[in-house]
Amino acid sequence: MPRVLVLFAHPAYEKSRLNRRLLQAIRGLDDVTIHDLYEAYPDFQIDVAAEQARLVAHDVIVVQHPFYWYSAPALAKEYLDLVLEHGFAYGSTGHALDGKVLLNATTTGGPEAAYQVGGRNRYTMRQLLAPFDQTAYLCRMRYLAPFVVHGALRLDPDTGCTEAQRQYRSLVVALRDGALDLDRAAAAERINDLVGGA
Amino acid sequence: MHDNVLLQAFIYLAAAVAAVPLARRLGMGAVLGYLLAGIAIGPFGLHLVPDGSEDVLHAAEFGVVMMLFLIGLELRPSMLWRMRVAVLGLGGAQILGTAALAAIMAIVVGSGWKPAVATGLILAMSSTAIVLQSLAEAGRLRTDAGQRVFSILLAQDIAVIPILAVLPLLATHAVSSGAGEAHGVATLPGWQQALAVLAAVGAIVGAGRYLLRPVFRAIARTHLREVFTATALLLVVGIALLMQVVGLSPALGTFLAGVVLADSEYRHELEGDIEPFKGLLLGLFFISVGAGIDFLLVARTPGTILGLVVGVLALKGLVLYAVARTFRSTHADGLFVATALCQVGEFAFVLLALARTSGVLTDGESGRLVAVVALSMLATPLLLLAYTRFLEPRLAAPAVARPADEVADAHAPVIVAGFGRVGSTIGRLLRASGVGTTVLDLDGDRIELLRRLGLEAYYGDATRLELLTAAGAATAKVLVLAVDDFSVTQRLIEVARRHFPHLALVVRVPDRAEAYVLINDGVTDVHRETTGTACDMGFATLRALGYRAFQARRAVQAFRAHDEQGVRVLAGSSGDEASYVRAARARIAETEQLIAALDFVDRHFDLAWDNTTLRDEAESRAELDAAIDATR
Ligand SMILES: Cc1cc2nc3c(=O)[nH]c(=O)nc-3n(C[C@H](O)[C@H](O)[C@H](O)COP(=O)(O)O)c2cc1C
Repeated sequence: MPRVLVLFAHPAYEKSRLNRRLLQAIRGLDDVTIHDLYEAYPDFQIDVAAEQARLVAHDVIVVQHPFYWYSAPALAKEYLDLVLEHGFAYGSTGHALDGKVLLNATTTGGPEAAYQVGGRNRYTMRQLLAPFDQTAYLCRMRYLAPFVVHGALRLDPDTGCTEAQRQYRSLVVALRDGALDLDRAAAAERINDLVGGA
Repeated sequence: MHDNVLLQAFIYLAAAVAAVPLARRLGMGAVLGYLLAGIAIGPFGLHLVPDGSEDVLHAAEFGVVMMLFLIGLELRPSMLWRMRVAVLGLGGAQILGTAALAAIMAIVVGSGWKPAVATGLILAMSSTAIVLQSLAEAGRLRTDAGQRVFSILLAQDIAVIPILAVLPLLATHAVSSGAGEAHGVATLPGWQQALAVLAAVGAIVGAGRYLLRPVFRAIARTHLREVFTATALLLVVGIALLMQVVGLSPALGTFLAGVVLADSEYRHELEGDIEPFKGLLLGLFFISVGAGIDFLLVARTPGTILGLVVGVLALKGLVLYAVARTFRSTHADGLFVATALCQVGEFAFVLLALARTSGVLTDGESGRLVAVVALSMLATPLLLLAYTRFLEPRLAAPAVARPADEVADAHAPVIVAGFGRVGSTIGRLLRASGVGTTVLDLDGDRIELLRRLGLEAYYGDATRLELLTAAGAATAKVLVLAVDDFSVTQRLIEVARRHFPHLALVVRVPDRAEAYVLINDGVTDVHRETTGTACDMGFATLRALGYRAFQARRAVQAFRAHDEQGVRVLAGSSGDEASYVRAARARIAETEQLIAALDFVDRHFDLAWDNTTLRDEAESRAELDAAIDATR
């Protein structure tokens, strides 16, 4: 059974409303590991060997983070920089991640309409997440369409995200159970739609 | 008036104080200055000191003994072992070559073979005192050529022992016994003498290895510096005495002791203690050589004497150059070795005295030789000056500066003064980062422990210039002051700034008040000793309360930066008037600032990754949207 690793990166979790709820939705699932990066490495002193072992031990890696400046918070980048070593993740001898699945799960302040060609943010989410896509490609991993919750700032603090929570949970469960059509998931614009009706 | 010790001391000191800076000014080096001072106060100058002041010369010779002790301290046994080929080969060839050639010349001139051989052996000696002092002054000791010079001198020092033994056998006429004072052991049969010599050497090595360190440690524990100095002197004097008893050169004995102690943690402290004595006594030695030159004799037969001097210098120089080249020196190095060592040395005085008393040479012969030797010594600093001024610039061009010659200093880039709880942590951290450190501390036991761990640690008071110098302050880059006594820290800063302004200072201070003092004094890297721990504990407390690690970390960092900035601001206003009002006002300002820090963190940390303003704006826009929708 595929095992899911959620790499969670939020520098101000104590102020989070949305990501906190999303995280709650997937807590306690069997074979799903939640790894809180800012809690583990407040000094950015990432334990590379331990993290590599962690990656090897899982099959699906979800990077969950708020969308900051059209990317992920700094520690998520630091993680990629340090852990995806040449000879481990890529290069002629780096095959540790071959065939694993990578995707982003992110929340944006801007509404969905803004993330369109011609919209206020001028690019689609998939375009903006291209660096992750290409990173996965170089590491011979499968990159799936992102799980995105737009309009995070306008969500009703009490009820506004139950739908997103439900979707996120069924996504993670489907990934864990291998119940997702990966080809479709890789080709989609957003992965939310694939689990939406499930 | 000559037997007034104080007056004598006054004259010698005055001569030195007047002549040496003058000589330096004229670019001549201290050695020449001393020699000239000697001539000036000697029987042929102002006649301020009695001629033939044997006592003074004896005392002065002790300077040479101390110098060899210090040289020994610089030479670790492993280094000495590496030099063995140079010492035996280079040195041996020089001694035998010079002695043989000089003897042949003497025979050609009409001397008997016995006095000729004696003269040859005596002339083969060079002046350790003058040469090493000059080389050290010119900073050439560690060059290739300097090392060769040193090897040859070392070989000569060793050769003195057999020469002392052989000389009496060359006697041509009987002398009344008793003139040559046979020392205790010298009256024994040969094999017993040899045994005594071996025993003495063994005793020095053994004691140096196993006895001296515990003794020094015990002395160090008393924290009485002068007792430590006394012990160091006692050691040197004691060894010199022992060597005299068994008929060895005292210089050689102390050299050996120095080598044995070179590995010990007390090396730098010993160096610092003996150095001033050595300097003074060596100066005295040079002065007495200058004073001892018999210009009357020179005046009577100026041609002969001058001819002899030039002849001896030329002969020695030739042999030296040939030997150096044989041992693969460059042309320039060969010339340098020849220039440096072509004089006859102070051992010649000793040997000449023995040769005279044991009837190898006549009084006339030895008198003339004494003058020749002294004049050749006088010539050395001049020759070296000429070499560096005129010869070297011409040689330097083709031989392209050989930077590798200057043995890169073996010293570490960081000196840590004070190796207690703070210093030791810094030391380990640096070592873990591959940074070499030299540690200075006043706790003998701790030093002992550190050395067992393989650290470069030395016992001593770091505020002493000599110790700092010996620890390599001239070449180090950073001085870490981790002592817990602020007055010591202040003194050390003063010494370091005056003598080693290039050193970056990283300073531990007890608290704010001391930090203000140093910051106002222009020291920037000031660290209050408890701040780091307090902040760590604050972090741990926030964590225990359930704060997120990253939040806690940022809170601590923000607090710390603000606090540190506050210290610097308050230092500026604390001023140096210590009036009560002012002090009180300063305390109020400090309190205000401390309180401000509380609020600061809260205020500034709250803004990090904050999206409340974003939310507000988004919500108002949503209301607007809704309102617009409603009007449709
Ligand atoms: C530093 C910072 C940068 C941000 N950059 C973006 C951005 O580029 N695009 C966007 O749509 N929202 C942006 N936002 C809004 C966040 O995406 C939003 O606050 C977050 O998704 C809310 O999730 P949370 O409740 O879990 O914190 C940014 C917010 C912050 C604090």
